[in-house]
Amino acid sequence: MSGNEAIAEGAIRAGCCFYAGYPITPQNELIGYMSVHMPENKRIFIQAESEIAAINMVFGASAAGSRAMTSSSSPGISLKQEGISYIAGAQLPAVIVNIMRAGPGLGNIWPAQSDYFQATRGGGNGEYRCIVLAPSSVQESFDMMFSAFNLADKYRNPVIVLGDGMLGQMMEPVWLPVAGCRLPVAVKKPWALTGCKEREQNIVKSFYMHEGDLEKFNLLLQKKYAQIMDSEQRYEEIDTKDAKIILVAYGSMARIAKSAVKSLRAKGIKTGLIRPITLWPFPVKAFQQANRQTGEQANYLSIEMSYGQMVEDVRLAVCGKARVEFLGRSGGGVPTEEEIIKKVNSIK
Amino acid sequence: MTEKIIIAGSGGQGIMLLGKVLAESAMEEGKFVTWLPAYGAEVRGGTAHCMVVISDDEIGSPYIDRADTLIIMNKPSLNRFSPRLNKGGIMIVNSSLADPKESSLNIKKYPFTDMAIKLGNIKVANMIALGFYLNNRKTVKVKSVLKVMEKMATEGREDLIKINQEALDAGVKLKDG
Repeated sequence: MSGNEAIAEGAIRAGCCFYAGYPITPQNELIGYMSVHMPENKRIFIQAESEIAAINMVFGASAAGSRAMTSSSSPGISLKQEGISYIAGAQLPAVIVNIMRAGPGLGNIWPAQSDYFQATRGGGNGEYRCIVLAPSSVQESFDMMFSAFNLADKYRNPVIVLGDGMLGQMMEPVWLPVAGCRLPVAVKKPWALTGCKEREQNIVKSFYMHEGDLEKFNLLLQKKYAQIMDSEQRYEEIDTKDAKIILVAYGSMARIAKSAVKSLRAKGIKTGLIRPITLWPFPVKAFQQANRQTGEQANYLSIEMSYGQMVEDVRLAVCGKARVEFLGRSGGGVPTEEEIIKKVNSIK
Repeated sequence: MTEKIIIAGSGGQGIMLLGKVLAESAMEEGKFVTWLPAYGAEVRGGTAHCMVVISDDEIGSPYIDRADTLIIMNKPSLNRFSPRLNKGGIMIVNSSLADPKESSLNIKKYPFTDMAIKLGNIKVANMIALGFYLNNRKTVKVKSVLKVMEKMATEGREDLIKINQEALDAGVKLKDG
């Protein structure tokens, strides 16, 4: 199964009832899979007339209480930013999948991680955050869709699943739970617009005209974000306890970094890996723990398919207590294991 | 054991399918496996390639810089990928459509396309090449491949299973090129 198909299957099993999207490479297998299997499971599939239409359909479906999702690739995700900002402002759950390609502009269809800032810093106007999940294998792409929908509902907040072309296109064996497609998960949504006969009217909006109202609302959002930062940091760490150099990489890049750690360890070079699974909230706790364990003696190397985006979060996380180096390529180029090993050798 | 294979040829030669059959056979045997296609604007007649990694351990990169095996089905692919063969690796070449000159490489060649025509279906050149590959590298069992072919074929097309299995068998029986 390809990464794109695994995401689609995971979404359906996690109770996604509404999907709207518009085709773009390298995520076409995702919308293709949805077009067949959503109707098969009596869910709604819409190929929208544009990316902007698709995200606004998700906005509407979510306001009505449905588990709703859209997907696209970088330039298409840019088009969705207005809608994502409105969804965040209206405190609605939604899942948005971005199978990144290289940019800027139309760029090309090869894998990249250059939308890190866009995903983790909000992306649209106003000050908001999306929870950002970064799977690193086809299996994890499937599994993560359950978390994505659950987190979105729990916090009434948009969740972005951030993959790249390599992950979307590659096939790997996937273990699927035996039970077939599950019925939509019954999550109580008392705020949803379901018709207000015999109850008070619900209002879904991101518009606060009266003086002070918006500030009050924004403080509420900030409180929610602080809670997410506190409770939802997720990461994988490998061999960090005695490491002299800790590699930091996410998504497809982390797989290559993991191979590099194995090769370097085999040569006696004490290397470890922190793989952020949530990019926002960034897993600061992983770095605090690694710093404690290594007595602040380890250096960090952020490896990205971009020219230095996550490295800023790594610097903030280690707070000046360790050296932070960077290795990155973008535009379709992927740092190789050889390049990582060479860079590590130049640091130690 | 980790085996990295690049399969390359032209669109329409069944390059992706060759890779998928091999990858699914490895999955059948419970191995770790990744299959990565070249997913650009590939069209029939253009170039096509895919990368398959099969291993007993977790696989890092699905992208292959240097391959243990190259399966080359046409000339443009030969020029493009022959520099990416590992030392000690083998290059299997479809000599109907490519004529390898490099003497420093471990080349094994057979006219897979001509052989497929003789079998009655030009499209099964890929499966002859796969059979010949398995003759050289015991990455997966022939039995597993036969099983995968049966699973993958559209229902009611036993004729397709038969010709593909014949082609695989013809490849397996070839003497070391």
